[in-house]
Amino acid sequence: MRGAHVASMDQATRGKASNTGLPAPADAAQLEAILAAHADSEGALLPVLHAVQETFGYVPAAAVAPIAEALNLSKAEVTGVVSFYHDFRDAPAGRHVLKLCRAEACQAMGGRGLAERALRRLGIGWGGTTANGALTVEAVYCLGLCAIAPAALLDGEPVARLDGPALDVLCARAEAP
Amino acid sequence: MSRLFLPRDAAALALGAEAVGEAIAREASARGLSVEIVRTGTRGACWLEPLLEAETPAGRIGYGGVSPGDVPGLFEAGLLVGGAHPKRVGRPGDLPWFAGQTRLTFARCGIVDPLSIEDYRAHGGCEGLARAVAMGPEAVLEEIVKSGLRGRGGAGFPAGIKWRTAARADADRKYIVCNADEGDSGTFADRMLMEGDPFLLIEGMAIAGYAVGARQGYVYIRSEYPHAIRTVRAAIERARGAGLLGADIAGSGFGFDIAVRVGAGAYICGEETALLDSLEGKRGVVRAKPPLPAIEGLFGRPTVINNVLTLAAAPWILAHGGAAYAALGAGRSLGTLAVQLAGNVARGGLVEVPFGLSLRALIEEWGGGTASGRPVRAVQVGGPLGAYFPESLLGTPLDYEAFAAAGGMLGHGGVVVFDDSVDMAAQARFAFEFCAAESCGKCTPCRIGAVRGMEAMDRIAAGTEVARNRALIDDLCELMADASLCAMGGLTPNPVASALRHFPEDFRSAAQAAE
Ligand SMILES: Cc1cc2nc3c(=O)[nH]c(=O)nc-3n(C[C@H](O)[C@H](O)[C@H](O)COP(=O)(O)O)c2cc1C
Ligand code: SF4
Ligand code: FES
Repeated sequence: MRGAHVASMDQATRGKASNTGLPAPADAAQLEAILAAHADSEGALLPVLHAVQETFGYVPAAAVAPIAEALNLSKAEVTGVVSFYHDFRDAPAGRHVLKLCRAEACQAMGGRGLAERALRRLGIGWGGTTANGALTVEAVYCLGLCAIAPAALLDGEPVARLDGPALDVLCARAEAP
Repeated sequence: MSRLFLPRDAAALALGAEAVGEAIAREASARGLSVEIVRTGTRGACWLEPLLEAETPAGRIGYGGVSPGDVPGLFEAGLLVGGAHPKRVGRPGDLPWFAGQTRLTFARCGIVDPLSIEDYRAHGGCEGLARAVAMGPEAVLEEIVKSGLRGRGGAGFPAGIKWRTAARADADRKYIVCNADEGDSGTFADRMLMEGDPFLLIEGMAIAGYAVGARQGYVYIRSEYPHAIRTVRAAIERARGAGLLGADIAGSGFGFDIAVRVGAGAYICGEETALLDSLEGKRGVVRAKPPLPAIEGLFGRPTVINNVLTLAAAPWILAHGGAAYAALGAGRSLGTLAVQLAGNVARGGLVEVPFGLSLRALIEEWGGGTASGRPVRAVQVGGPLGAYFPESLLGTPLDYEAFAAAGGMLGHGGVVVFDDSVDMAAQARFAFEFCAAESCGKCTPCRIGAVRGMEAMDRIAAGTEVARNRALIDDLCELMADASLCAMGGLTPNPVASALRHFPEDFRSAAQAAE
């Protein structure tokens, strides 16, 4: 649920920041705090990016330069890392995030058809967000719930043995504005 | 006060364990009963989750597949004293599903409170480390070599040799890195252990640190495992408080500590050198070997990088001796294997058995056949890079060499069962698609080959130049197998070629099939 909370705070506060393309003063202070907290750890870039995304809901482009400077890296290095990993977003997600498993054990239990149907109903593709900004659906490859497939994480909480009706209920709950 | 045990493993939570816990608390207070609910990991019978247990004079009595709606009836039936009820399964350990297993690594999982160091000690924890520091680093290396322990992450490399290499290397710092990226689909043993018995992993890493002279450890856990991340972090805190980690571990005068690092959704970061780059804060790109990580690993320092289960095997080996471990198993695959039975299977979960059991025995006796009740048609072993076996190969014993001889690989022990509704052409296409999505991009055969393979599969499905595209796939498989830098590109031909070889009827175009 934490992700959901962060994302909604994000929606409320983010508009101004992205207008200027620069972090608002309060955001800059939060970023400073994250960088200070990781000052002594070796190879800190991933932990820093995770913390930034947890705080802001995504990795704002304007955060790249301060991160690079603090970690003694080039901006290109930081951007390269952000783009390499599937987890890091360069724009906010919906208020809820459904990570739906696309891997083999879930396929063996009908996961492929289930996912296609849900995406069609929501009118989005993998990684897409519903028009009302409520729900983002992301692909994941295995959640370690392979003996009770098909499985998903909704805002970090596991759900399993999904079937059409169960997934519809989840999506409807998450989709509600 | 009565005691109940309820798992909080992610699999149990996914099946509603939290709501069951709330229903129990409500019902108990409505009845004026004082009940303590101990939250455990899972014993691994995912098919029985949520598995609620009551402490009684006759032992712990289990109730399987409990839903919140069952709770009032369970209390009515005398849950707290193990009363009769349709969901009652008796003592879980007496079920053939558990009685037939040999639990060494997973002996405590599902039984203890994962974050109670007292529970851990009371169930034999910390004995391995105590013996290790009493015998000295050299003797520890000796025991691990003698045990025949091989890496559980997939490649099956002897752990003792790796540890010894790092121990002999001269450097200002050394590292122990635990590979908890567990990216293989169909696998969950690492997750289950981290959520159910995290002190075992910590103890194993401390033993490794002591043996090779490394003072810092990292556990690299995939971000898809939020519960495991929280549990391991909390366990590390408590292990420091209990002297299992810190400046003086187990009174040895040797200092060792561990930090958790979280992955970011990249399958390739399970490959050891990509993982090390990721830990250094870089893109997870595969490094050319040599140098071996044991000589030049994390930040250029000697590094032992092992899978969760490899490290978690060390405490048992130290406590009971390498020879006792080596007495189990078959051929050159010694000790026990944690098989993860998954996919379309009636009774899926974690089965720890000595190497050598046949795939068929596993699927039929433990798995109880498919969940759908339809015939088994294909079984993929060893994750997304593992081969698909047809029914005729189910006699293959679970053993590294036997699997290789049958054209497959055991990998991390994931077994994914498919029934006869599976479309093997779709599975082969997915193997290319997955490789294309997860390739680190360093070498061309993998980066480009996977995309071209996917396109060729689509053309076959559409009935366009089927023979030519099949030949193209054969060429691509050969090229990827021969010229890829790592096993991501190198083994993607496994699922593709095995699907083509064993299930050719699925690769005729729709047009051909209609003829
Ligand atoms: C593409 C790829 C993915 C891998 N993923 C994992 C993984 O998720 N977990 C793991 O322990 N090993 C994984 N490995 C194997 C590691 O490279 C390495 O062999 C292992 O961490 C060594 O530890 P072990 O000897 O204890 O198995 C992977 C290898 C490749 C090529
Ligand atoms: S085979 Fe693929 S994943 Fe491995 S190094 Fe080459 S491009 Fe990277
Ligand atoms: S394959 Fe879907 S949870 Fe593992």
